[in-house]
Amino acid sequence: MLSKKASCDSHGQDSSYFLGWQEYEKNPYDQVQNPNGIIQMGLAENQLSFDLIESWLASNPDALELKRNGESVFKELALFQDYNGFPAFKNEMVDFMASMRGNKVKFDPNKLVLTAGSTSANETLMFCLADRGDAFLLPIPYYPGFDRDLKWRTEAEIVPIKCTSANGYKITETALEEAYQQAQKFNLKVKGVLVTNPSNPLGTTMTRLELNHLIDFAIEKEIHIISDEIYSGTVFNSPSFVSIAEALTERNLEDAEVWNRCHIVYSLSKDLGLPGFRVGMIYSNNQAVVSAATKMSSFGLVSAQTQYTLSQMLKDKKFTANYMEENQKRLERRKEMLVCGLKGAGIRCLESNAGLFCWVDMRHLLQSNTFEAEKKLWKKVVCEFGLNISPGSSCHCSEPGWFRMCFANMSEETLMVAMQRIKALVESTIVPQQTGLSKSRWLKNKWVFQLASYEQEPDR
Amino acid sequence: MHMLSRNATFNSHGQDSSYFLGWQEYEKNPYHEVHNTNGIIQMGLAENQLCFDLLESWLAKNPDAAAFKKNGESIFAELALFQDYHGLPAFKKALVDFMAEIRGNKVTFDPNHLVLTAGATSANETLIFCLADPGEAVLIPTPYYPGFDRDLKWRTGVEIVPIHCTSSNGFQITEPALQEAYQEAEKRNLRVKGVLVTNPSNPLGTTMTRNELNLLLSFVEDKGIHLISDEIYSGTAFSSASFISVMEVLKDRKCDENSEVWQRVHVVYSLSKDLGLPGFRVGAIYSNDDMVVAAATKMSSFGLVSSQTQHLLSAMLSDKKLTKNYIAENQKRLKQRQKKLVSGLQKAGISCLKGNAGLFCWVDMSHLLRSNTFEAEMELWKKIVYEVRLNISPGSSCHCTEPGWFRVCFANLSEETLDLAMQRLKAFVGEYYNVPDVTGRSQSSQLSHSRRRSLTKWVFRLSFDDRSPIPGR
Repeated sequence: MLSKKASCDSHGQDSSYFLGWQEYEKNPYDQVQNPNGIIQMGLAENQLSFDLIESWLASNPDALELKRNGESVFKELALFQDYNGFPAFKNEMVDFMASMRGNKVKFDPNKLVLTAGSTSANETLMFCLADRGDAFLLPIPYYPGFDRDLKWRTEAEIVPIKCTSANGYKITETALEEAYQQAQKFNLKVKGVLVTNPSNPLGTTMTRLELNHLIDFAIEKEIHIISDEIYSGTVFNSPSFVSIAEALTERNLEDAEVWNRCHIVYSLSKDLGLPGFRVGMIYSNNQAVVSAATKMSSFGLVSAQTQYTLSQMLKDKKFTANYMEENQKRLERRKEMLVCGLKGAGIRCLESNAGLFCWVDMRHLLQSNTFEAEKKLWKKVVCEFGLNISPGSSCHCSEPGWFRMCFANMSEETLMVAMQRIKALVESTIVPQQTGLSKSRWLKNKWVFQLASYEQEPDR
Repeated sequence: MHMLSRNATFNSHGQDSSYFLGWQEYEKNPYHEVHNTNGIIQMGLAENQLCFDLLESWLAKNPDAAAFKKNGESIFAELALFQDYHGLPAFKKALVDFMAEIRGNKVTFDPNHLVLTAGATSANETLIFCLADPGEAVLIPTPYYPGFDRDLKWRTGVEIVPIHCTSSNGFQITEPALQEAYQEAEKRNLRVKGVLVTNPSNPLGTTMTRNELNLLLSFVEDKGIHLISDEIYSGTAFSSASFISVMEVLKDRKCDENSEVWQRVHVVYSLSKDLGLPGFRVGAIYSNDDMVVAAATKMSSFGLVSSQTQHLLSAMLSDKKLTKNYIAENQKRLKQRQKKLVSGLQKAGISCLKGNAGLFCWVDMSHLLRSNTFEAEMELWKKIVYEVRLNISPGSSCHCTEPGWFRVCFANLSEETLDLAMQRLKAFVGEYYNVPDVTGRSQSSQLSHSRRRSLTKWVFRLSFDDRSPIPGR
């Protein structure tokens, strides 16, 4: 009696990504109440800079009390359901987005569509660009939520672009072409490529070379590019962030057809750490897309109350500049803590310069180079050592043994506890005999290999 | 533009209907009591602006609710991070209590069966995604809210087949009309998955009778299909006694979790009409079916309610003194305002369907039509928008089968503006329809015919179809 969508599994929520979450819910760590509980390292939240926002709100009570120059604007906001969005808020948003890109690009508020979170933005874009059965290419590993957000109700397909640790997971021309051919083999019409830049789960920014490959590919195949730049404000180290908008402008493509086929998704859930407020957006130079997406946003508008509060906050340029700088500093420091802690346990990460997580290499801890072994290790980490981390297979990684570990959603003390547990885990793990190599030499070879291949391209 | 999807390219979002076009005209030349006294008065927007003072005064006395505080302590971080699609427990509890209170506590709701969504627009679409596959159909009584063409059909690929209701019986749903609609769907090879009704009705402004509800339940039981009851206007019924929720009738029929039909009845609600808060995007789906609740909960990820808003409203709705006073006062003011509109229309020789709920009247202007056609209705509508400068909604935009009916809103403007609107209408009717006959006989015969028609309608209406509840039921 229910629809196929309601009855089946395609919401993807039986993946381990969500299952680990469930385990955590049953036995959550608390420094005082439950010191033996599971530490949540699977949630990409940014909890490092709330104090900055809280103190701004305390000094600017009008923003929360819904007042403008002391006068209540409650009624105006209560009635405001215009899907074109609160103008003051959109104006501030485009300025904020531009400043995050070093003001190397400018955005027009009339090309911005507000949605209830980027979950809504991504689905809406798919509804606008793909018909049932059409496909989008996505580089692996990717955010597990995409299986639900992009495919479930839209009935679109995802075809993976194979990226591997061999070159630090960079997108190559070969991989793009291969994915396209794969889609053709399955009789799927490819409508575009969706990339997350900075990447989730890798924590790296795309290089100019990659962006240019992507643009060339989109020009050749006449398809769309969706650039989910939700983590753009979390870039804490060089190379600096290059948005698709910047890459296009650099190549003077403003008048080219591909300009109308590039769309950016953004949200305040990661940079400002406000996932509860449901603020997402689509930016597109394509008038037809803006128009359709605006009407579709009726199904997920941003609360006028929230639009108002945030428009007041983002208007304060001194605050936003300070916030961005301080936030990035804290993220970098915290990432370093995680990286060092892991190093101390003999575990390496992909070298990263952004995001709220590290992409961690635990291949040497696997009993065999298989996903079964990865699952086994994951269960051990969650259930025996009390750390909810995300296994690479849930992100569709093609190589077993990689895990995503979040660092910005807990206190420093908790992170320390987590590192101790990791060390204990490593000590308890018996590494199987590799053909002709001793354990220490195997690890050392990996060191050398990793140092050579993880270097990011120098910033141009 | 082959580059975009069919969804993006085609018009099935329905936004070229006159419903939206009138809105556009208003936007170009909006009435303002000081700056633009000749502008168009907006009477096409079903907003409730009558009780903001009650909410504003509560907010002034309870600053913590808006300030991210609970018992004086800051809960900012907790709210900023709260994106659980199960919803803020305190808010869901307060909301189900409020829903029960509106229904005179004749039914209760379990917060675990409530799914929060960003407005009823999102709730309705989500429910259709859960209950129907592309190409299947849902039956809806006409006239209905024009937005349904977008909300229920656009991205879902589901069809709407109308259940024709007419003025001959006050637009009530009948057994033959239900059967006819079902057969029409079959003829079109559409599998019917359910019936969707709006109770109280938009655009009629009337509550469904117990008889209609029983008819509906028997029908969906017989066909083995779903029933969605959009009760978004439940708090606008002028008296709690006159509104009967489908949940109440289910109870009366002794249907419980053991009856099949129990699982197939779903209610949609929102705070946009009763509390007048459409900007805050608060909607909800209530279902007795666990699978529907589970699927809808996951789908609500695409339109969650801001935690900032959930916190504010949970504090508000938890204040039982406020909710009790608000519900009663809101009903009183709406009733008063509706009376004013009705009497203003009467002075212009125009009658309405007798309404007992909603933020609008369903107005009969068929006696003003040049001919009994939708072309004539459009002509009259254009005159009213451009010459009389009132934006009202023509019945054709609501899929009404009879030309000449219009929906006129009364709760989104001040009393003074309403008075002005009525004066303009009276002047218009006087100028066009009661001009003394100087030359042509044909004009006078046409006029007396129409006057005669309207008199007959008066008489007809006064004697028939009293929709007030029979005492004791």
